Parts: sequence; structure tokens; C-alpha cells
Amino acid sequence: MHELSLIESVVALVEDERRKQDFSRVRVIRLRLGALGHAEPEALRFCFDAVTSGTIADGARLEIEMVPGEGWCAGCRRTVPLDERFAACPICGNAGVRMTAGDELRVAEMEVE
Amino acid sequence: MCAICGCGTASRASEPGSAQPTGHDPHHAHLHDHHPHEHAGQTINFGEGRAGLHIGGMSQERVISIERDILAKNDAFAEVNRTRLRKAGVFALNLVSSPGSGKTALLVRTIDDLKDQYPIAVIEGDQQTSRDADRIRATGAQAVQVNTGKGCHLDAHMVGHALDHLSLGPGGLLFIENVGNLVCPAAFDLGEAHKVVVLSVTEGEDKPLKYPDMFAAADLMLLNKSDLLPHLEFDVGACLAAARQVNPLIQILTLSARTGEGLGSFYGWIEARAAAQMGTV
Repeated sequence: MHELSLIESVVALVEDERRKQDFSRVRVIRLRLGALGHAEPEALRFCFDAVTSGTIADGARLEIEMVPGEGWCAGCRRTVPLDERFAACPICGNAGVRMTAGDELRVAEMEVE
Repeated sequence: MCAICGCGTASRASEPGSAQPTGHDPHHAHLHDHHPHEHAGQTINFGEGRAGLHIGGMSQERVISIERDILAKNDAFAEVNRTRLRKAGVFALNLVSSPGSGKTALLVRTIDDLKDQYPIAVIEGDQQTSRDADRIRATGAQAVQVNTGKGCHLDAHMVGHALDHLSLGPGGLLFIENVGNLVCPAAFDLGEAHKVVVLSVTEGEDKPLKYPDMFAAADLMLLNKSDLLPHLEFDVGACLAAARQVNPLIQILTLSARTGEGLGSFYGWIEARAAAQMGTV
């Protein structure tokens, strides 16, 4: 359940922003999450309210944008979709596709007031 | 965890009033004195409490673009640890596995075999108890137990605190035994030179496919408990193929911490990698 500490890290990033910019409430936090990444969106949602309670992000809504997995296939010389980490190329069947997207774990933006 | 610096409100129970931790990002350091670091034995607790925060200011509704990695704080602490270890001439390995793969037994055996060759210290991560650190200390090596409480992994900030309680000089080896968990520790860089994943032959040979993140993050896989192979239907070839499928560059050694089979190769790997790190400082 490392999603708990990931949300704690999100709150820390919001706090960082709070020191740079003036706002009193966070309405929405938008995360960008790779489909092949380390975190499970449902687990993030599950612990979000509990972790943010009593912090600057208390009451905020969590929105998660999923980024599909993609990789570069040296055989096809093109970017191909990946539905699991280190899967073979879905077009030519070659192994060794280098993952280029789908590992994201980012705070994209937030709405504040 | 403290939401300001990511500090887990650690408590460590003996040595009250000891010096503030060092090795943190300088702009964090002043924030640490609000943490009630209690000190007891060689166990640091990160499973308790959280810092309060205050909300101030007023403004109108707007969108702020952030675009920062969620693990940025951990990664910053990890870089501080890495720099600190390299400057001290210490070679650090982060050992990860499921519970019961034999990490602690492997460490005990490794320390016994290498302690005349290197100064060795161990950071032990577990949710509770200091049983593993006690086993390590019985070998004569330094050990700090980090209890993560509800946490399922060590993070770089915890390791930074633990480093404050260890003294290792040039040529030293540091083993970080992560919490037994094949999922969560994959995402957290601790500042180690290499992640080493331990898999035992009593587990399924398809584990690298079922838990690919960890095998993808590791540079070395140790297939432990090889002495049990005659009693099991474990397909070593299939297991190695599974590991290489998720990580074509992973190095793999088969060994038994109990009989000592294959340990020489592991020690050779340590010696070569440690020398390579020293050569690049």
C-alpha cells in the first residue's frame, strides 16, 4: 500500500506550492499516472481523503489522468502501444521494446482559490 | 509522514537529545526540530504520528500547473544519500524480496564471510520488532533497525536518518535490507548503488512475470535456497527466462545461503562493483 505514502508526497508538493503562491484552499488535484506505472489509481483514491484530511489539501477532489503504455520498437522503427511492461511488440512480435510512456507518476496541476 | 519535508516523525528510543540528523537537503534541515525524535536502542520508528499544518492567506480560484514527479522528494533525499555514501567511500546495496526469501540469513552468512575484508553495516527495514537487527548484530556488524509501522517499504528519508547512526569509512559495505515486499520498494530509490532482488526456489518460477516492477528495477537477482532444488519441482531455466523477459540486463546468480553454494560468485560481484564505484569517485 505504498499509495498512502505517494499521496503524502502529493500533499508535500502542494505544500511546496503553497510557500510559493498565495492560496487558501485546494479544489482539485490532477495527477498524471502511467498505466504501466507503480501506482494503482483505485488505491490512490481509496486513501486520498484520509491522508489529505487536516492538511492544505483537505476537501480537494482527486482527478487522475491515465497515460497509456507506449514503447519504441527498433524492428518496426515506430512507437507501438504496450499493455504490459516489457511486452513484445504487438505488431512484429519482437521482444526488447523500450518503454517510452506509461511510467508517469506526476502531479500535473491543481485548482486553488 | 510530515507533509512539509516528508519526514516520518521518527522516534528512536535511547540517546535523548542527540544531534539533529545531517545529510538532508539544506533547505529542509531547519524544519526538523519540530519532530519529537525519541531515541531507544537502535530502532527508529516511522509508523507514528504526523505533523500538523496551518492554512493561511486568501486568493481567488485559479489553476496552478505543477508538473512534478510525485516521488521528487524521495528522489532528492536519495541523491543526498547517494552523494554522502560515495563521498564516504561506502558501497551500498538495497536488498528486496518477498518475506521469507532468506535475505537475513544471506546477510548473516555474507557478513561472516566478508567481515575480515570490509567494514560492514546493515540497515534493517521491518514493520515491527528488532529481531533482524539483533541477528545481524550477533555477527559483530553494526545494524540499525528501521521500523516502518504501517509502511510497506523504506524510503530515502528513513535511510538518511539511519545513516546518521552508522559509522562506515572508505571501503565499507552497507546492506539495506528492505521490508519484505515484492511490490512497493520497487518505486523508492534509497540512494543505493544497486538494487538486488532475492528470490527463493520455494517461490514460483513465474514471480518475475507476476511482479515485474521489482525485477525491472534490480541490477542483480539472487536465486536463493538452491540446496532445496532436489526436493522441488522448480524450473530454474524458466525462472531465469522470466527474469530476463522483464529485465534483459539483469544479472543472475544461483546460491544457497545455508550451504554456501554460489556465494563466491556473489562476493566476486560485490568486489567488482564496489571497486568500480570507487574508481569513479
